[in-house]
Parts: sequence; C-alpha cells; structure tokens
Amino acid sequence: MSATTADQARARARSNSGSLERQRKWALWGSYAALSAFVIMFLTPPFYMIMTSLKTSAEISAEKGNPWLVQNPTISNFVELITSPSFQRYFFNSSWVTALVVIISMSIAILAAFSLSRMGFKGSQTIATCVFLTYLVPPSLLFIPLFQIVGWLNLLDNTWVLVLLFPTLAVPFCTWIMIGYFGSIPKELDEAALIDGASYMQILFKIFIPVALPGIIAATIFAFTVGWGAFLYPLAFLYKGEQLVLTVGIVSELIRGDVFAWGKIMAACVMGALPPILIYTFLMDYYIAGLTAGATKG
Amino acid sequence: MAEVSLKKIVKEYEGGVQAVKGIDLDIADNEFVVLVGPSGCGKSTTLRMIAGLEEISDGEIWIGGDVVNDVPPRDRDIAMVFQNYALYPHMSVFENMAFGLKLRKFSKDEIRKRVDEAARMLDITPLLDRKPKALSGGQRQRVAMGRAIVRNPKVFLFDEPLSNLDAKLRVQMRTEIKKVHQMVPTTTVYVTHDQIEAMTLADRVVVMNQGIIEQVGAPQELYHNPATRFVAGFIGSPAMNFLPVQVLDDGGLKVQLADGTKLAVPAQKVDRYGPHKGKKMTLGIRPEHLTETRENPKTGVQRMNALVDVVEPMGMETLVHFFIDGIAMCARVDPLTVARPNEILPLAVDMNNMHLIDDQTNKLV
Repeated sequence: MSATTADQARARARSNSGSLERQRKWALWGSYAALSAFVIMFLTPPFYMIMTSLKTSAEISAEKGNPWLVQNPTISNFVELITSPSFQRYFFNSSWVTALVVIISMSIAILAAFSLSRMGFKGSQTIATCVFLTYLVPPSLLFIPLFQIVGWLNLLDNTWVLVLLFPTLAVPFCTWIMIGYFGSIPKELDEAALIDGASYMQILFKIFIPVALPGIIAATIFAFTVGWGAFLYPLAFLYKGEQLVLTVGIVSELIRGDVFAWGKIMAACVMGALPPILIYTFLMDYYIAGLTAGATKG
Repeated sequence: MAEVSLKKIVKEYEGGVQAVKGIDLDIADNEFVVLVGPSGCGKSTTLRMIAGLEEISDGEIWIGGDVVNDVPPRDRDIAMVFQNYALYPHMSVFENMAFGLKLRKFSKDEIRKRVDEAARMLDITPLLDRKPKALSGGQRQRVAMGRAIVRNPKVFLFDEPLSNLDAKLRVQMRTEIKKVHQMVPTTTVYVTHDQIEAMTLADRVVVMNQGIIEQVGAPQELYHNPATRFVAGFIGSPAMNFLPVQVLDDGGLKVQLADGTKLAVPAQKVDRYGPHKGKKMTLGIRPEHLTETRENPKTGVQRMNALVDVVEPMGMETLVHFFIDGIAMCARVDPLTVARPNEILPLAVDMNNMHLIDDQTNKLV
C-alpha cells in the first residue's frame, strides 16, 4: 500500500469514527430528553401529593399563592390520620390482607411453576399457556360473576373475601414469571441434585428457590402490589367501616358528599404509598441479577 | 462389587425414533469404559439411562448385581460429572461437594473429612470457600469431580466433562481424571466424542454409531484391528484413508487403484485377502503408513506419487493432503519435508499395515 492510499484509509477511518461518535451523542441526548419527560410526568403527581399533604385546609383553599409550593408546612394532617382509629384499622386491614395474599399467591405460584417447568408431565405446556391466558381476562369483567359467588359463600362485606380473591389475580402472573425464571435454570442442575440424592421438594427448596430469588422477588413485588393497591374489588365487596382496606377507606372516610378533605386525603395517600416504596427499596437490594453465574459454563 | 451390565437396551422416543437400538455391554468392576461416537450416536442417552435420568424403553440395566430399571437416580449409588459442570451457584465449593453427603445424613465430621480429602486430591483446598462464579472453567470441573468423589459411589459417570475446556486445559484435566481413577479405582463410564480422549483414558473403548455398538475393545486393538469401516475411520486422527480397489492376481496378490496403480499385498496377508481375489473392495491405510519414500524401502513398502494439495506443518510432524482419483487423502510425513503444494511427492505405502473392507458389509476382512 502506498503512503497516499494509507493516509486516505486513515482519514476515512477517522471520519467514520467521528460520525459514529456524533450518532452516539445524539442518541444519548434523545435518551436523556425522553427519560426526563418520563420522570417529570411520573413524579409530578407524587410531588403535588406531598406538597398538598403538608398544607393546612386554609392554605389549600386559598386562591392566592403558588399551589406547587407550601407557605406554612404542617404535619397536622399526618398526626390526625395516625391518631384516627379508623385510619389505623384500614392500615391494619390492608397490611394483613396483603401479607396473606403474598404468602398464598407465592406458595401456589412457586409450586405451580416448578411442576409446570420441570416435572415434564403430559399437557404441562398447555396448562402453562392457560395459566397465562387467565391473567389476560380483565378483573373488571370478573367482579360481576365473582359478586354472585362471594354472595353464595356469604363473604360479602368481609375482609377475608380479598384473601380469597386477590390470589386469583396474582397467581397467574406470578406463576408465569416463575416459569420463566425456573426455565432459565440449567436442566443439569436438577439432574445433579437428583443424582446427589435430592427429592423434588428438596430440589425446589434447596436449589431452585435460592437460585431463582430474583424472579421470586419480582413476583412477590407484583403480588404485594395487587394486595395493597387494588381498588375495584374492595370497593365492590366491602361496605362497613371496620372491614375496609386503605384504598377504599381513604375515599369513604375523607370524602363526604362534595366535601373533600384534600390535606388528609393526600397525607393518607403518602402514608399508603410508603409501604410499597419501602418494600421495593428493601427487596431491590436483594434483587441480584445473574445469580446463576458459575452454575454452568459461561 | 460394581459391575455394570446393559442387556438389550433400547431407547425409543415418541414418534418411534430409536436413539439406542438394543445394545449389550458388560463393564467389569473398577473398569474405565469410554463410550465414543459422533453426535447423535446414542452415547449420552446410554449414559443417562445408566444414571436413571432417562427411562429405558426396553432391556435391563444391572448395577452391582441388581436390576435398576425402576430405581430412581438417587438410589443407584452413582455419581455423575456433567459437561456444563452443573454446580449449585448459590453454594460455596465446600457446600457443593457436601450437598450429596448432607442429604444422605452423614455426620458433620465425616463430611468435613471426605471433602477435605477429595479437595486435597484435586488440589482445590484453597477454593473451598469460593462460589462457583469465582472459579475458572478447569477449577469448576475439578469441583464437579470432587462432588462425585466424596460420595464414594459404585459407579462414576462422566458426560463429556472436558468439552467446554480449552485445548490445553483439556489435556491437563484428562491426565487428572486418569490420575483420580488410579487413586480411587471405581467403575467408570465416560462419554466423549473426542476419540483421543477415548484412547488415552479407557481400559476399553465402546464405539457407537446410530444407536448401535460398532466395536468394543482396548484402545490399541481398536486402532490396529478395527472391525468396521466406521471404526477404522473414526478412531485415529487424521482419519484412515479409504480407496476403492480391485483385488487381483497379477504375478502375486495385488490391489489395483482406480488410476491403475498396482500395490502388492504383503506375503503375510495373502492368506487373509486371497479369497477376495476378483472383488471390488476398499483399501484402508492410515496417514502414518504413507510417508515420504526412502531409497531402499523395507519389504512390503511400495512407492506411489502424490500431487500435493495442502501442507500442514504440525511441529512434530507434517500432514500432506493430496487427491487420488478425486478422493481426498492424507499422509503423515517428516516435519522437515520439502513438500510444496502442486508438486509431486513420492510416497512410500506401508502395505504391511493395509486393511481391506468389504463394501457390502462395511466390515474389515
């Protein structure tokens, strides 16, 4: 190659790498812009919620001042709610219902996913698909026939009805997530355990659950969200104050006719949002992706 | 006592596809047997049936004098090393090795003793507290072997354990496996598609092809006296050369190549090949029996010319590829050869090591 052609090749390579660098820069700017819009859109309501929760009723209804800022911050809304026996009751109801829903849903989902993904019986593929299809049926369509069933069971206006119904929403999706995670565990791992002398239950508890922990956490977060945040079913099936959970309790307690206790509503929303945020933060610490690293050649 | 016997073992999948077609094999106590063959020949399926990981469609498997057809893997007293290591990723090396013993309710002291002993043998003592992800491929494979050794099982099963390692490590681990077998003599069934691995490790090699056993024998026996064309071609690297020939009597028994070249059959082989006079057969000759010609070739060695196609210097030897009547051939020549592509290389054919294959039966005569 002559010196001239070599110089030309080098110049071409430089120009190509420059163009690639420019493209990367634009892609990054585009990503940041899209992410910023996304963050602003999703963080504005919580920001407004927190600001309003720190205002007095007088400040909220005042026409002057910037509604996005607090002039005289107060925690009176929070104090009043925390000391209110009905709010405590709603919070307690939501907590135990969610805890039971998570335990029941995850127990069923893990066992179902393990058998469907690993035990290889006839029809397991079809059942796995059917499990997912049930998740695609909107809950808003189901609550009318469910109302009938719950009525027969004499569970209307009883908080336990939620412990019965929420797993029907959580189990299909949790099972689907777990089938995916269990499916990603190398087949040789259960075969090695079988030869080592493990029973299927031992394989599940000693190998699969620890290895699929990220998947279990993802499914647990989903089940928690279903239990804690659902509005439609509690609204449809619960009426009396002592049976209500937080989502419906806030609405029925703090909205009386056309009177909205905005400060308390927002404070209740902040306190209602705290457990999921804490749970997410805590579980995310344990959400270690790539836990199977080292199991097989990689 | 841990003989393993396979009696008319069949594995048939849904749709009638037979992966293993009724094989018989007797493996003696403490014997190291290697199942070798190309992909899809049924060797891994056979191993998995011995392990109990695959159900048997027909036949019987005996381990240590008992039929184990319906015995689950954990009760067969076997240990298996997998190609992908299959280490439990959330457990340390120690826990991986101790897992099987814990499940079998061994005392803590006994577990510690056995794991330490195996770790010392495999030189992995400093790694006992590490997780598998912090180990190299070779170390992981050692741990997988350690997990098998601590159990002190009746039978060791290896499913292509070295396939994922690089060439250098493979040779090193091969030696390790042989050493371990010498230290802990246990009946071993080892599956590989690498015939060098099979030759170097085995007391006996079982060559499988399309679900049947082609030949069982000691490595040297398979190499020098293959029973079928498949075994002759599979064992040995580079593979044996095959040439269509006509056996004829032309002032002595000879084989005539397609290009008219006549090669005399050595006197000691005349009785064996004489009855096939007049037949079209296949001549088999290994690359090392085609060498650069010498001035005075010994008895039974004859000359032929080859138009060199490719020369591959390997260091300790050089491989020369050429064609005879359109058939690719290979000769193993002196590393200092002056052979060049497109030049004529005079070759000596050592007919003392010739083989003749019956084209109808594909068996060596």
